[in-house]
Amino acid sequence: MSIRISRRLRGLVRKEFVQIRRDPSSLAIAFLLPALLLLLFGYGVSLDAYHVRVGVVVTQPTAETASFTSHLQHSPYFAPVALPDIQAAERAIGRREISAILWLREDFTRKLLASGGAPIGVMLDGVDANTARIVEGYLQQTWQTWLAARAAEVGQPVPGATISGALAVTGRVWFNPAVQSRDYLVPGLIAVIMTLTGALLTALVIAREWERGTLEALMVTPVSLREIIVSKLAPYFVLGMGGMAVSVAMAVWLFHVPLRGSFAVLVLAASLFMGAALGMGLLISSVARNQFVAGQIAIIVTFLPAFILSGFIFDIGSMPEPIRLFTYLVAARYFVAILQSVFLAGDVWSVILPNAAALVAMAAIFLGLARLVTRKRLD
Amino acid sequence: MARNPETDAAAIAIEAVVKRFRERGREVPALKALTATVQRGGVTGLIGPDGAGKTTLMRLIAGLLRPDSGRITVLGIDVRSDPLAVQGAIGYMPQRFGLYEDLTVRENLDLYADLHDVDPAERQARYAELLHMTGLAPFTARLAGKLSGGMKQKLGLACTLVRAPALLLLDEPTVGVDPVSRRELWQIIDTLTRTEGMTVLLSTAYLDEAERCRSVLLMHEGTLIGEGDPKQRTETMGGRSFHVDAEGTGRRRLQALLAGAPGVLDAVIQGSHVRIVTRPGATATVEALLPTLPGAQLVAVPPRFEDSFIDLLSEHGTAQAKMAPPPVDPVAAKDEQDEIVVEGLTRRFGDFYAVKDVSFRVRRGEIFGLLGANGAGKSTTFRMLCGLLPPSAGTLRVAGVDLRAAAAAARARIGYMAQRFSLYGDLSVMQNLRFISAAYGLGGQRQRDRISWALAEFELAALADATSRDLPLGYKQRLALAAALMHEPDILFLDEPTSGVDPLARREFWRRINGLAEAGVTVLVTTHFMEEAEYCDRLLIMAQGQVLAEGTSESVKARARSAALPEPTMEDAFIALVQAAIHPEIAA
Repeated sequence: MSIRISRRLRGLVRKEFVQIRRDPSSLAIAFLLPALLLLLFGYGVSLDAYHVRVGVVVTQPTAETASFTSHLQHSPYFAPVALPDIQAAERAIGRREISAILWLREDFTRKLLASGGAPIGVMLDGVDANTARIVEGYLQQTWQTWLAARAAEVGQPVPGATISGALAVTGRVWFNPAVQSRDYLVPGLIAVIMTLTGALLTALVIAREWERGTLEALMVTPVSLREIIVSKLAPYFVLGMGGMAVSVAMAVWLFHVPLRGSFAVLVLAASLFMGAALGMGLLISSVARNQFVAGQIAIIVTFLPAFILSGFIFDIGSMPEPIRLFTYLVAARYFVAILQSVFLAGDVWSVILPNAAALVAMAAIFLGLARLVTRKRLD
Repeated sequence: MARNPETDAAAIAIEAVVKRFRERGREVPALKALTATVQRGGVTGLIGPDGAGKTTLMRLIAGLLRPDSGRITVLGIDVRSDPLAVQGAIGYMPQRFGLYEDLTVRENLDLYADLHDVDPAERQARYAELLHMTGLAPFTARLAGKLSGGMKQKLGLACTLVRAPALLLLDEPTVGVDPVSRRELWQIIDTLTRTEGMTVLLSTAYLDEAERCRSVLLMHEGTLIGEGDPKQRTETMGGRSFHVDAEGTGRRRLQALLAGAPGVLDAVIQGSHVRIVTRPGATATVEALLPTLPGAQLVAVPPRFEDSFIDLLSEHGTAQAKMAPPPVDPVAAKDEQDEIVVEGLTRRFGDFYAVKDVSFRVRRGEIFGLLGANGAGKSTTFRMLCGLLPPSAGTLRVAGVDLRAAAAAARARIGYMAQRFSLYGDLSVMQNLRFISAAYGLGGQRQRDRISWALAEFELAALADATSRDLPLGYKQRLALAAALMHEPDILFLDEPTSGVDPLARREFWRRINGLAEAGVTVLVTTHFMEEAEYCDRLLIMAQGQVLAEGTSESVKARARSAALPEPTMEDAFIALVQAAIHPEIAA
């Protein structure tokens, strides 16, 4: 393999960088698009519920009800709103001013004092079933901890437990102790975003050359097909990795996602993935000869599968069998696994190595296919 | 590399080349077993109307397409087996010049020098030479996208010349370029072939450019219908071309009579005369050609290349539609009523004046031409006249209606035929006519009458169910004109109606337009074919948004008359006017 870079290739690469400098659209795709998407999804998509507005109706206020509502007040998950009666609460939930109603009836204190437990009424706004289920769980948990705390205080047994200090199930979350969904969403998101920018960069840039008729002129020079492909891959690889760097920086410093693994693994995995993404872009550009179609195809065949089928948000294990098999074709799935490991767990080689091997295969397949279908001809 | 002594002698040898394209499931033949040779040295013209297969042939020669069968040898190299070697030896300029618009003139040259592996030591001298030749030396730091059309074209040419190729392929280099730049380009090409001994293959749809070529290949519908020295071809037409004048008979009426005469092959209006070409063997006397007009005068004129092309096309069975001449007594004699009044028309886009203080009047039944290079302001003027774009200042009255007050009322009396015909490609001929007539508010018996009129008048009945996308260009043009006439407008606006249509279809189109004008329809037409300007009663030449000249074609041509040019053509006149107005440095 010769290391000498031909004058032709140097000329082409230089041209590509001059164009990148003059036409900010590729810079925007490489840097602005990831930053924007990361901000949008990082702040917008969250599977946690914070400051949920809960309407609290206390029919007969006592010291006990006050203790419970103040406990609620201190929870980061709830923003209790005191309401005079259940009718007012129902109107408020109808207007979507609150997401749940917590109703402490007149017999609350009496039953609590009598048995150490009391029923509480909970009504949830089921329009957003996902949030409703989370709120239900949080309320239940808050209720249980308050009961336990109170039982310890007054020396009364926790209802349902006959012996004090008996077995209690304690949840322990590994890798993400704060159970912040953002911590595992952001690394996955980086993979999804880099799929889009990598594929868009090459697909759009080549489609633009088709549109302007410059590729036709280029093809009738003694330049080889390999030189054309390399001149399109090299500059946009640099740009794509720059976008990757922006995304990682934002993840660490803006979203405070821990980076527990090594930087070298991150760079290496990102390089492999960028190869696969640019290969997909090249493949798209051999079909789409105008920028609009190239953009459409890039979104449909790269962004959407990466979003839905990479396991970054929807668990692959719970997908139906045929779809689960299909996810093996989505390069982002392997990168998501590596990113989540490097960010949240560290260099877990049993995760990194097989997924990196898969990425090598994906990059080879897409780049090889692109080389195969790209011709130095118009037909 | 296998060399063949026979094909080596020629620059390009094309042997029985077949090329088909798949289009929506159908095979469309682009080249039908074409065989031709291009000799070394000089300019060979690839001449033919749009769709003849010129670009396909160029791309096959450059190795951008692969023939379905047959063989092409370029400079002794088989294109199919070694396209890279061919591409290393030739220069190729595609239709859109292949320039990177966000690179400067210098950077474009550098890129192509790199691609052709030109040694940096040799570049300075070569660049200096090319920049001098193209006149681009003062603009090396300018972005290619900021150059005018003519300068882009010259830069595109310079880029293909960075490493003097043995063979230069130019695909329609003069399309969409104003006559001044066209003439400059030809001067450069002449220099190249003379001083560097380069072989040039140049495709064009302009028949007048054929006369500048050493030899020509004439293409029509994917086949070669003729080849050879254009001068010889023109000479074979000797004694068959005449100017006809008849006192007291309008030139349009005269042209219609002549076009219908059995002995006449071709009859076009040229200034105040009608220029005819007789059929081979026809007796060229007034008595034989025009028995009904014994007073007419016949003056022999020298033949031109276009005559031989028309002769060739008619031999190849491209039948002309026989049209009845318009009624002897035109319905409405031309009156002095102004149908279109434009005064002080101005359109500004920010600081830029697209149209500045343009005034003209068009009388009823007149054919009025709007001429100018790209960017001269023709299309902007047209859009304002159609009520599609509000003017910044000035008066606009069409058919007595103030366009600024009642654009819709004026539009109802205007028929408009847009560039590229704006038909619904997926609809059939019948569906197009039905839709457009309905859009103009026609219904019931009147709609049925107009549709059957259109099908009969434009000979579209046999094609009523054909999808309009698949129609040949000439038929698309007929359908577009029929559509514009559905509501019987008093005024017809035609925007570049004949671009890309072959010369026979163009003649037929103009005969229809003449007939309409005789019947009292006012016609406003834009064109970049200088000869078509001759068909107009009066014309306006625009440059940079302003009026350069207005008058009859004779009076405009007279402005360019000089001792050196006693008989200037319309193109000569146009170039003289434009150079004096906007290219003072070139004129000097």
